[in-house]
Amino acid sequence: MRAPTPTRATFSERLWKAWDSDVAYSFRHSPVAILATLVALILLLSAVLAPWIAPQNAFDAASLNLMEGFTKPGEASPITGKVFWLGTDSQGRDVFSAILYGSRISLLVGFASVIFSVAIGVSLGLLAGYTGGRTDALIMRVADIQLSFPAILIALLVFGVARGLIAPQYHEQAAVAVLIVAIGLSNWASYARTVRGSTLVEKNKDYVMSARVMGRSPLAIMGRHVLPNVTGPVLVIATINLALAIIAESTLSFLGVGVPPTQASLGTLIRIGQQFLFSGEWWILFYPALDLVLLALSINLLGDWLRDALNPKLR
Amino acid sequence: MHWSMTRLTFALGAALALSITAADARPVKWARGADALTLDPHSQNEGPTIAFSNQVYEALTTRDNANKLIPALAVSWKLADPTTWEFKLRQNVKFHNGDPFTADDVVFSYNRALQPTSDYKGYLAGVKEIVKVDDYTVQVKTTGPNPLVADNLTSVFIMSKKWSEANNTTKVQDFKNKEENFAVRNANGTGPFSLVSREPDVKTVLKRNDAYWGRGEVPLEITELTLVPIKQDATRVAALLSGEMDVVQDVPVQDIERLKNAPKMRVTEGPENRTIFFGFDVGSPELASSDVKGKNPFKDVRVREAVSLSLNRTAIQRVVMRGQAVPAGTIAPPFVNGYKKEFDANAGAADVAKAKSLMAAAGYPNGFSISLHCPNDRYLNDEAICQAAVGMMGQIGLKVNMISQSKSLHFPVLQNVKSDFYMLGWGVPTYDSDYIFSFLYHTREGTRGGWNATRYSNPEVDKLIQSLSSETDKPKRDATIAQIWDKLRPEHLYAAIHHQMLAHAMKNDIEVPVRPDNIIFFKQVAFKKS
Amino acid sequence: MIAYILRSLAQAVMVMLAVALLAFSMFRFVGDPVANMVGQEASVKEREELAERLGLNKPFPIQFANYVTDMARGEFGMSYRQGRPVADLLRERAPATIELAFLSSLFALVFGIALGVYAAINRRGILANLAMSISLIGVSLPTFLIGIGMIYLFAVELRWLPSFGRGDVVRLGWWSTGLLTESGRKSLIMPVLTLGLFQMTLIMRLVRAEMLEALRTDYVKFARARGIPERAISFRHALRNTMIPVVTIAGLQFGAVIAFAIVTETVFQWPGLGALFIQAVQYVDIPVMAAYLMFVAFVFVVVNLAVDLIYFAVDPRLRGTTVAAK
Repeated sequence: MRAPTPTRATFSERLWKAWDSDVAYSFRHSPVAILATLVALILLLSAVLAPWIAPQNAFDAASLNLMEGFTKPGEASPITGKVFWLGTDSQGRDVFSAILYGSRISLLVGFASVIFSVAIGVSLGLLAGYTGGRTDALIMRVADIQLSFPAILIALLVFGVARGLIAPQYHEQAAVAVLIVAIGLSNWASYARTVRGSTLVEKNKDYVMSARVMGRSPLAIMGRHVLPNVTGPVLVIATINLALAIIAESTLSFLGVGVPPTQASLGTLIRIGQQFLFSGEWWILFYPALDLVLLALSINLLGDWLRDALNPKLR
Repeated sequence: MHWSMTRLTFALGAALALSITAADARPVKWARGADALTLDPHSQNEGPTIAFSNQVYEALTTRDNANKLIPALAVSWKLADPTTWEFKLRQNVKFHNGDPFTADDVVFSYNRALQPTSDYKGYLAGVKEIVKVDDYTVQVKTTGPNPLVADNLTSVFIMSKKWSEANNTTKVQDFKNKEENFAVRNANGTGPFSLVSREPDVKTVLKRNDAYWGRGEVPLEITELTLVPIKQDATRVAALLSGEMDVVQDVPVQDIERLKNAPKMRVTEGPENRTIFFGFDVGSPELASSDVKGKNPFKDVRVREAVSLSLNRTAIQRVVMRGQAVPAGTIAPPFVNGYKKEFDANAGAADVAKAKSLMAAAGYPNGFSISLHCPNDRYLNDEAICQAAVGMMGQIGLKVNMISQSKSLHFPVLQNVKSDFYMLGWGVPTYDSDYIFSFLYHTREGTRGGWNATRYSNPEVDKLIQSLSSETDKPKRDATIAQIWDKLRPEHLYAAIHHQMLAHAMKNDIEVPVRPDNIIFFKQVAFKKS
Repeated sequence: MIAYILRSLAQAVMVMLAVALLAFSMFRFVGDPVANMVGQEASVKEREELAERLGLNKPFPIQFANYVTDMARGEFGMSYRQGRPVADLLRERAPATIELAFLSSLFALVFGIALGVYAAINRRGILANLAMSISLIGVSLPTFLIGIGMIYLFAVELRWLPSFGRGDVVRLGWWSTGLLTESGRKSLIMPVLTLGLFQMTLIMRLVRAEMLEALRTDYVKFARARGIPERAISFRHALRNTMIPVVTIAGLQFGAVIAFAIVTETVFQWPGLGALFIQAVQYVDIPVMAAYLMFVAFVFVVVNLAVDLIYFAVDPRLRGTTVAAK
């Protein structure tokens, strides 16, 4: 007689279970978390929907009218009469649109680099934990080194090397890709460490050995068992790293080695705005800076809450 | 503003103390947007470098604040024969290290300036040889009669032969190949200030040369002059407002109004004899950075004219330069001999419709992509101008990829002729069109064409240009100049943007006028009593 | 014990060699070193001569060995951009950065610990929560924004402090310090605060978390039960045990601070190694980049070694004859 096959819970049942879980409970009762998520969502959505909601395509230099430059927020341009809520910058770019498009780039680089880090970190962690021995020691040593060198330095190095390898006319187009790789390579070690730890625990369990006996790849099986366990910690690290990645990108752009002005990210906008801050055109710096800080802050708050919520010791 | 009693007394006391010492000599801190590229006076013919060299080194002639040619290290000059100018040198002049200044130094310096790696050989175009007649007389022999020799010599600085030989610096620094020699970081001139220390990109300290020959003729009240390069505009202005700096030579346009209204600050303004423009590569068979394969779109004059027509210079003047520019139609500033008012007529507005039709007629109705080389720390708002231009050129289909970098990376690209499309600014210290022709239009060979990165080469025009150096009949010479301009202007080899205007800002006990050559002769500064 | 020290040393050397390998690969393979050093107009003969002199025709391991021995002797090659020996550049700029980094770390440590302890003890206090919120903002604000804001407030609006540079410095041998002049001290304030703020928030949060943990442990509960006054518990017991991980982390961060200085130095035009490095990245000046990398690695390794040794001295478990797996 066959054992009864366990039925999989229906979708709505799983949804209810998620809603009712401890994590969701603590979320619902933490005003900070709710506020942070709300802010983050608004900023995220506005960035994603930028091409539709922005009054102007900030990346299309030909669509700008230079004569509208330096218009104050809320006022009409003396030349064309158009009103810009947040004013315009030195090139006639609408600051509101610039922020929307800018946060698009910042978030793109942020998310992509985090995904990149997670991919590298998790794979290396799995590899290290499973293989053990020399490979393990080597990977962990490299991880140690990466952890002690600040992300900025690693990112700058990768950037500098890429600059040397890529011909100058492709610099602009390659900038975003290089940034993603640079920031991604500077943040993978924490994931590797966590996953390795989990892998080491799982490595000695029976199912792994039986999988080996059966001739199946224990790695794949372990993946299936390890990954759910590490989802929590990886998510926490990823959230905090997302904020760090966004700040890292804006720092690199501010230093002049990030995204070029024609595809300005928030950091680039801040760099441009800095020239005019002291001359009285404060809005060119202020609004991108505000957007950046709100973004980083909300993501950080979320990460903080998530870490506390998932920390068994604090329950 | 709330002024408490203590603050008031303090302020009064300070003002009192200041007013007593204001007329005395004191050190001055001088801020610029970028540093001098090198201390070797013959290596880089570049504004800030020349402006700096002029404090330490001197030439045989110079210009006063009214642009008139006056004696410097030469007291007089005359034509000894049609192709020989004879200069009588000033006596009892010493270099900073004590070496006496004699004709040997002049001969040595001019030969040094003629070396292949020197950027100053253009000033000596047409010079055949330099001969010492006696210790204080020098003859400059030219290939043909040349009326402008003395005018051309204002930036060819005199170095001490003895010092250069002793320090192994008889060869000019090869700047674009990043070579270094003793003169790059050390200086020994006859000028009003001598070098104390040099930290590139940080600060360079000069002290007053108490043995300066002109001591009685100029105030020379500054005891110590420190050049501090401050790249960021806002920081530079903040440093002036906070009192850390005394003079800012490159005032960002957006701060001029603010500085005019600031207490205890003075702003001086004036036109510069410099035009900012774009250059096209018209010689290469194919453009490396363009998506047009098999041919060079810039070879077609219609494309070049279209680019020029697409630029809304009035908008750039109003918004990017905040009024501190004069839209230009040709690369000749109004001061220059040979300039005509009609050159700049209709330069302001763009004609996008005509530009588009020209592009279509040339076979590029959808435009093409190209890279633009742009400096970001040399000319007023250079990067912002390029960016604005990128937007304007986009309207006629040109997808421009801007490569914006520091002048020390940008200029070698031009000097090595490796750019398809670039921005450059050209000042004319000799106030004659010949200077523009020699450096920018003549074929690149010998002493001429040093900054002609367009690869334009027209032997007929070359001959006309060369004839200018030996034509002494002024009306005839001016006619030739007009003829050359009439030939060159319709070619649109360069798309002029505007003539620059300058502003200097300083503490109000100093007054420094703006000179069209953007040089501040600090020896002329006399502190005003407040 | 000797084994422990030797092992730490060996690991240090391994790290340095690994970084040296990276630096050397950058030098050798990014761009053409010969082209970067002679430029356009050199003849083929001149290029070959230079390649010979640089040893570029020898096999890779030998080149690498030469590179490492050169570095050990202080020979870092010539800067592509300035044409000067990189070692000179390093020597000129290092004091500015080290002084800045050291003072920021000190600031971060002192205030971080103080605030962290306060926040841990007065867990529910308003001030404590305020401090924690500010720390969160400190982590979310990019360093350069803090710097810009400070310059705007203190240099432009209030005119209290200089807006850039080191002020007047005093040379002591090859070192230069800004601490001995008033303008030098004033110039230090904003950069130190800017650079130290991030560090301080990190330390503050760490100290608070560790102290809270420590205050929850059994021996503290015991001490309370025994009637020992709260203050003695906090400072003598909880704090002491918190110190070790905190000082360790703070120490390990010193290398990071040196690198973080890149941003601060750019904003304040501080003539240090960070500003030098940024210029090197913009100009693809590989020898300077490589040298800076080695310098930071060196600092990291030295501090790590010191921490290892301190641990050894302080933690009795490590001194046992059995070598526990770390």
